Amino acid sequence: MTPNKVVEISHLSYHYPDGTPALRDIHLEVYQHESIAILGPNGAGKSTLLYHLNGTLMGEGEVIILGIPVEKNNLKEIRRRVGLVFQSPEDQLFCPTVFDDVAFGPLNMGLDEEEVRRRVTKALETMGLRGFEGRSAHHLSEGEKKRVALATVLSMDSEILALDEPTDNLDPAGSRLLIERIRSIPQTKIIVTHHLSVAVDLCERAVLLDEGRKIEDLSMRDLLRGRTLLARFGFDADYAQWMYSRSKG
Amino acid sequence: MKHSFLDHHSHTESPIHHLDARAKIIVFFTFILIGVSSPPTSFFLFGLLAIALIGIALFARLPLVHLLRKVLVVLPFLLIVAISIPFMKKDGVGGGYNLGLGSLSISRSGLWVLWNVVIKSCLGVFSIILLSSTTTFPQLIKGMEKLGSPKIFTMLASFMYRYSFILIDEVYRMKRARDSRSFGGRWLWQTEVIGHMIGTLFLRSYHRGERVYLAMLSRGYQGTMPETTASRLGLGEIVFLCFAPLFLFLRITFA
Repeated sequence: MTPNKVVEISHLSYHYPDGTPALRDIHLEVYQHESIAILGPNGAGKSTLLYHLNGTLMGEGEVIILGIPVEKNNLKEIRRRVGLVFQSPEDQLFCPTVFDDVAFGPLNMGLDEEEVRRRVTKALETMGLRGFEGRSAHHLSEGEKKRVALATVLSMDSEILALDEPTDNLDPAGSRLLIERIRSIPQTKIIVTHHLSVAVDLCERAVLLDEGRKIEDLSMRDLLRGRTLLARFGFDADYAQWMYSRSKG
Repeated sequence: MKHSFLDHHSHTESPIHHLDARAKIIVFFTFILIGVSSPPTSFFLFGLLAIALIGIALFARLPLVHLLRKVLVVLPFLLIVAISIPFMKKDGVGGGYNLGLGSLSISRSGLWVLWNVVIKSCLGVFSIILLSSTTTFPQLIKGMEKLGSPKIFTMLASFMYRYSFILIDEVYRMKRARDSRSFGGRWLWQTEVIGHMIGTLFLRSYHRGERVYLAMLSRGYQGTMPETTASRLGLGEIVFLCFAPLFLFLRITFA
């Protein structure tokens, strides 16, 4: 394994408890500081693949994170290195206050109080949420909830961030703000999304899934030029062409 | 959607609101203990307790009318039981009514029992309402935790607090969806729909529980909630805490 390969997935298959196949023989390699978008229609297995990165789900095949295989005995180490943000912030934020939620990960890592406070402050500042410590999640707007959800894994200083539909349910302004914040994070990012524009704004590489299979793994520029592939996944090829010329300009 | 039905007014700015939750929990629970343990004839002590509670409420800039209205919401449940006691007790007649159909007599000791229940529940409920109106729920939970309440209880309470709002939102959404597609109908038909709604709500909550648990595991949860940081008791808390020994002394001296 080369030193900067942070995720290595080979022959990964997963079946739902009722036997329905969700992932079929997936191979994927992700390198340090890369941002990759996982695109595909509903039910393609995008989130299922994401959940394999920190052992939330464990299928057949091999998943190696920073040289550590995802196995029951290594889960603590793996979860320290992979920060997974769920699609719904209501699932991600379960503590009475924002501070408690952002401190949950670092406290579980056994860090001392001062370090926990430092990390919480830093994570909230990165997300533009200074002064939100004492607020309750249910008093926040959807955009703020999404940013707190991201702060809950930033405070863990994970090397890899796995984000499930980060801009889901957000208005354009909230979505733009979140994209800018995510872009400022230097970690390796694996982002599941339905939105081509989000993928283009945040990622330089795209992995396309359909019916649990990896259909294509290509650079974002190549995707924007591939009219047939875009049409197969229901993306607007003219819009993609416009984004491509914009990215060239 | 925003709700604050559990800790209404707890975000008001006042010296009482800024006090550590532990001090408030100790003082208000001492008030309740003293109120409950005093004989019904200790009018002086009840009066002092009432003055102290009203004083704290005013100092905390809380609207008294609102607090009293909240007390009245709880009282009927107690009164339903208590009101019958004077008619049931058979000793020492305290008075009587002639209703035309027959006479009703009220016993003296029964009246004392009624007074006892009313004054003690009023003071107790008022204390609790004051506590919840001056302390946010998260602070209350943390305070209980620091005072040694079992972790499992505080954990359950904090999850209940967090998710009750989401559950209520879900109920409202379902109700809206039902109302926009239903055109009245028989009462029986409605109960069936309500039954389905409750079932759906249970299933959704159950699934959410599983997802929340996965989110907890993803952030290193290993079966115990991590310790939260402790704050210090300052001068304000110590002064406020003096209420507890003062009233204990009064209780021993006057009642």
